[in-house]
Amino acid sequence: MLSFIARRLGLLIPTFFGITLLTFALIRLIPGDPVEVMMGERRVDPEMHAQAMERLGLNKPLPVQYLDYVGKLAQGDLGESLRTRESVWTEFLTLFPATLELAMAALLFAGIVGLLAGVIAALKRGSFFDHGVMGISLAGYSMPIFWWGLILIMFFSVSLGWTPVSGRIDLLYDIEPKTGFMLIDTLLSDEEGAFKDAVMHLILPAIVLGTIPLAVIARMTRSSMLEVLREDYIRTARAKGLSPARVVFVHGLRNALIPVLTVFGLQVGTLLAGAVLTETIFSWPGIGKWLIEAIGARDYPVVQNGILLIACLVILVNFVVDILYGLANPRIRHQR
Amino acid sequence: MTSLPLRAALAAVILGAAGNLAAKPLVVCTEASPEGFDVVQYTTAVTFDASAETVFNRLVDFKPGTTDIQPALAERWEISPDGLTYTFHLRQGVKFHTTDYFKPTRDFNADDVLWSLNRQLDPNHPWHAKTSVGYPYFESMAFKDLLKSVEKTDDHTVVITLTRPEAPFMRDMAMGFTSIYSAEYGDQLLKAGKTGDLNSKPIGTGAFIFQRYNKDAQVRFKANPDYFRGKPPADTLVFAIATDSNVRLQKLRANECQVALYPKPDDVPLIKKDPTLKVDEIEALVTGYIAMNTQHKYLSDVRVRKAINMAFDRQTHVDQLFGKGNALVGVNPYPPTMIGYNTENRNPPRDLAKARELLKAAGVPEGTVITLFTRNGGGATNPNPRLSAEMLQSDLKQIGLKLDIRVMEWAEMLRRAKNGEADLVSTGWAGDNGDPDNFLSPLLSCDAAKTGENYARWCNPKFQELITRAREVIDNDERARLYAEALKVYDDDQPWISMAHPKLFTAMRDNVEGYVINPLTNNNFATTKVK
Repeated sequence: MLSFIARRLGLLIPTFFGITLLTFALIRLIPGDPVEVMMGERRVDPEMHAQAMERLGLNKPLPVQYLDYVGKLAQGDLGESLRTRESVWTEFLTLFPATLELAMAALLFAGIVGLLAGVIAALKRGSFFDHGVMGISLAGYSMPIFWWGLILIMFFSVSLGWTPVSGRIDLLYDIEPKTGFMLIDTLLSDEEGAFKDAVMHLILPAIVLGTIPLAVIARMTRSSMLEVLREDYIRTARAKGLSPARVVFVHGLRNALIPVLTVFGLQVGTLLAGAVLTETIFSWPGIGKWLIEAIGARDYPVVQNGILLIACLVILVNFVVDILYGLANPRIRHQR
Repeated sequence: MTSLPLRAALAAVILGAAGNLAAKPLVVCTEASPEGFDVVQYTTAVTFDASAETVFNRLVDFKPGTTDIQPALAERWEISPDGLTYTFHLRQGVKFHTTDYFKPTRDFNADDVLWSLNRQLDPNHPWHAKTSVGYPYFESMAFKDLLKSVEKTDDHTVVITLTRPEAPFMRDMAMGFTSIYSAEYGDQLLKAGKTGDLNSKPIGTGAFIFQRYNKDAQVRFKANPDYFRGKPPADTLVFAIATDSNVRLQKLRANECQVALYPKPDDVPLIKKDPTLKVDEIEALVTGYIAMNTQHKYLSDVRVRKAINMAFDRQTHVDQLFGKGNALVGVNPYPPTMIGYNTENRNPPRDLAKARELLKAAGVPEGTVITLFTRNGGGATNPNPRLSAEMLQSDLKQIGLKLDIRVMEWAEMLRRAKNGEADLVSTGWAGDNGDPDNFLSPLLSCDAAKTGENYARWCNPKFQELITRAREVIDNDERARLYAEALKVYDDDQPWISMAHPKLFTAMRDNVEGYVINPLTNNNFATTKVK
């Protein structure tokens, strides 16, 4: 098992450098520099432009800039946002809890509903329920997030008034961000009703963000369950006279979960990508919105290091999933 | 009859409820996040709203809803006859904000004005190099060359000497980049080695005291009880950041905010129909235009530019893009609310046959391809650039010109347009201070043709001479005459298709009072309250 982990860890190093090189190059491929973007249509004095580029270290040759960047990274320095002059790490730490809270809520929603729907659809194969679940999940997978979010807002928030339109908390509450997780911060504050309000704010964005992963998980669970339910050991379990629930959940679902687990890991990437749109629709102050604005402003340090941090996170989650997968399936663990 | 304890409890509930109501903040749904609060480092409107309009004041202000100047931190001023020396007499007894991070020991005085302006002007000022990209507005308004010195003659008098007469100077001084900071706070931060706090914990004399910024979510302010114009009626002001205009509107409908900035023109009729909402509108100092590169083949011939203007179906274009009644058709480079607007200039009547004749006379072959650069996303000057380009394409097809539309990202478009790569550039301009020079110098002067911001690359010596003289003359009537004459030259040469002057809208709940919409797109809530 240790050598398996070591092999996986060894792969992380080139991946990490690959990402630094890619983000560094990609953001510079977009025309326009941060000073030009900031000045927009206004006059850019060439002298001022040159001074600003020098101050930002952007007048050096690209390989030197890259080495500077990697050198600073090695010292744990993620630099400063060119736009807000705040440290990238501070900004990330401020915004990431919001995205994480949303992503976890979405994953929870997608996981619970997706697994249940998938299992029931597999058990009732060919039934109306099965076709319904598969049809809805296909629609969910193809749903444009922006449209879906606005429809939910108009129905639940504006017409019915059940949930708030956007944001993380009613602005009546002045919650000090202690942990950055609104659910925790509202519990820590002594403002009555704030926690419930934070939960209400989380519901629609979590549904919107969780819709695509839900569809994927439901379909994967269904097909995996169908495969497993045909296995000999299931027939044996049934023949032994085990209860149907035990057969399905202990012998069936447990084995069917292996590919679903992988899908869970891969959905982290989908969730972070979907967060960009969801955060925009629900005015959710997370890293998705932060990165989009940074790309528009050519805020190199934010784009480079923000993407790097997210990539590291996705790699980490997939690494953990790999390990779990290895634990669950000895054949993978011993593969060379 | 209720018992005494029950009545006491009821009273407590009612009072508690009233207390809660009184504490309800004025929530404004804004379109973006402020980049920071050290306003002189930035150029965007939302940053100006969250700092210059709330936390800070300047020596002079724009009167609400106008571009006229009114006294602010300066009570009065004198201008020397040669137009080079401005003497400002400062208001006394003005207090800087008291917060948990700064307790002022003195009132506002001349040292604060010197600190604020010399910080941007003087390379030896201890704060001058404390920004990474300099002072973009100060530099783009050419203040580095314009200001000779900023000095005080006593604690309450400041003398600013210019290198040349500059008629728009007082209006420039009302703009956000001349906001007045506390020199005492600056010194305190410098000593403590916390210069970054100037950008995250601002101190000013403005109507609202900064409380907290939750990044990309909200900015909270509380009313300044010592504000020199009187405490604002809203105890708490919150900017709720909602980048999507649909979401801002839905939040307004759900009463999650009481004011929503920049609704889409398309949504305005719906908002007007809703009995719980209302809309304020004003003719903004904004022009959407298409610059025609006067140095390119064919377009260098005024007959070709006239033919294009003649083929362009302006009214349909403006109605489709902005909605009927939401924008004025453009004639001159700036809107009619500004001085010197030439009312005699007229757009040529749409005449395709005559346009074809002009092209023929200029030797333009049938099917000639001309390129148009336009941006991918809509904005105040053009809500749908692609549709706009396609409508022009269809107009030009009728006179035998093929329009090659190149839709590109904004920064990329500006860079390539400044390089003179395009035949036509579809863009716009929002005025900063209500002075015609703020449109004509950056967009149509010979200097701007050299640096590229004049996308038409049009340099007419007569026009240049007129706008240079108008910039130096203090007398308003004379300036108006000079500008009207300059606009005649512009009209003869037609370097642009002046497309539209859109209106600006602010949507709000019907119980909001005291908000004044401004033509310069700045938003100030010092007098706004929720009934």
